[in-house]
Amino acid sequence: MSFPSPASSALTAPVVETEGLVRSFGGRTVLDGISLRIERGELFGLLGPSGSGKTTLIKLITGIDRADTGTVLLLGERMPKLSMLQRFGYMAQADALYGELTARENLQFFASLYGLSGIRRSERIQAVMAVVDLLDHLNKPVSAYSGGMKRRLSLAIALLHEPELLVLDEPTVGIDPVLRQSIWKELLALRDNGTTILLTTHVMDEAEKCDRIGLIRDGCLTAVDTPEALKTRSGAQSLEEAFITLGGGERA
Amino acid sequence: MRIRALAVRIIRQFVRDKRTLALLFLAPLLVLTLMNFVFNGQTVKPDIGAASLPAAVEAKLEQAGADVTTYPSKNVADQQLKAGSLDAVLSIEAGSLSLLLEGSDPSVNKNVLVVLQKAMQTEGMNAPQLQVSYLHGQEDLSSFDSFGPVLIGFFSFFFVFMLAGVAFLRERTTGTLERLLATPIRRTEVVGGYLAGFGLFTLLQAALIAVYAIYALGMYMDGSIWLVLLMNLLLTLTALTLGTLLSSFATTEFQIIQFIPLVVVPQVFFSGLFNLDAMNPWLQKLSYIMPLYYGADAMRGIMIRGEGFADIQLDIYVLLGFSITFALLNVIALKKQRAI
Repeated sequence: MSFPSPASSALTAPVVETEGLVRSFGGRTVLDGISLRIERGELFGLLGPSGSGKTTLIKLITGIDRADTGTVLLLGERMPKLSMLQRFGYMAQADALYGELTARENLQFFASLYGLSGIRRSERIQAVMAVVDLLDHLNKPVSAYSGGMKRRLSLAIALLHEPELLVLDEPTVGIDPVLRQSIWKELLALRDNGTTILLTTHVMDEAEKCDRIGLIRDGCLTAVDTPEALKTRSGAQSLEEAFITLGGGERA
Repeated sequence: MRIRALAVRIIRQFVRDKRTLALLFLAPLLVLTLMNFVFNGQTVKPDIGAASLPAAVEAKLEQAGADVTTYPSKNVADQQLKAGSLDAVLSIEAGSLSLLLEGSDPSVNKNVLVVLQKAMQTEGMNAPQLQVSYLHGQEDLSSFDSFGPVLIGFFSFFFVFMLAGVAFLRERTTGTLERLLATPIRRTEVVGGYLAGFGLFTLLQAALIAVYAIYALGMYMDGSIWLVLLMNLLLTLTALTLGTLLSSFATTEFQIIQFIPLVVVPQVFFSGLFNLDAMNPWLQKLSYIMPLYYGADAMRGIMIRGEGFADIQLDIYVLLGFSITFALLNVIALKKQRAI
């Protein structure tokens, strides 16, 4: 069953549409009325300091967590819904890899969870490892991987089942500049091939590369627009200044 | 300065972790209390069935501290012995006293013999010849033979419990569980996968322990090895499901360890390693909620009394019930990690 949103029924359905999301943990409101639309083919960045609610919002959108009030539509389907977990690729903040296993075994495991098997599975493993440039390290145990290699392997796993939406929680956190650049190159290439990407970041120069960004602060979405428009709107030179102006200035 | 800073930090951490604190102070009390109940209970009166005994002898036995029940014939008394409601049957056959001991528990055997000795001393020198025989086991059945089946079950249970608990916890703390749950896997599949993956190792472990104890250590074995393996497997399955379930309520490996005195140690006391006859009767009923009690009961039945499937099937169903219940609760507990 799908619940097309009335606002979008005439247009092509947005990839993500949230309406008035509220989520609190033990009396502390982490998300306070988030309404957001992400269109097909966009590279959308959620920019905000740590603790602002980015990861919680990601978990609501992916259906891992359930909102207290408000709705999430993912590709037109009301979340949380188990079958929708097949439709996006996910990369968590922590490298969730099994260190005792080789990269290939990790990939095989996750590929099987997404229902890939046989020749198709082997092909996809080769393909995604080529994308992140780790083909030479397929048979190494993950515990022997460097931090950057683990990050790339995580990205490869998210790409395994060719999802139309990629959800990346801080994909470049703790990564050296060279590697960060190479990951961004991959992301932009994926976007150009039609994959919608939703990512979180607290790094300003990364946010500049997004098509649109949503500024999130203390659980509220303070502004959503292109990086250029945000700068113009606030009369700021840099995105950082814009963030401070539009985010309401003082910290709560 | 550094040492002080470190000490302060550790103390602070401790104070914030209320459960660790409670464990530190309350768990030893719990264990001590249990030991107190086990060892300082009422004195045990052996249940002796009397068949065609002179009333004077019965009275002497009562005086010596036995619970004597009179039966019309030795056959009826023997049946009661087999059913487990008597510890021994005393009768007069061809002019000499004949004692048939139930035999599974060396400490009970000894108890009966001591009481009988006491009774015969007061009887004086005209005590007739005493013939002692055993329903199960034999005279040289050692304490280890008697404890053995329980220990086999206990060690299987204990290690699988720890292993499963820590493994499932690590899956959560390393973030792989979150990643796992961001795929279209069902919660039942997660639990089922764990059961299957670990099940293989628990099967091997259960077999290894049982085979080693029986063939390498030469433990007394009167029944079917296959039934022993089946019971041991069921017991480890219960440990596996209980371990993964409880790991949902722990946030560190250390907190898993804390479950040992709370979940594992009490089971040891109720497993049959210690004679519970001395314990307050309503406390004895606690054993009905302890998986190890059923496992140990069946293991002893098979290995010492040579019981077959029909005798232990209740134990089998109860352990299966425990496993299924824990597994289902685990599926529900996973909802904490993912809304659907």
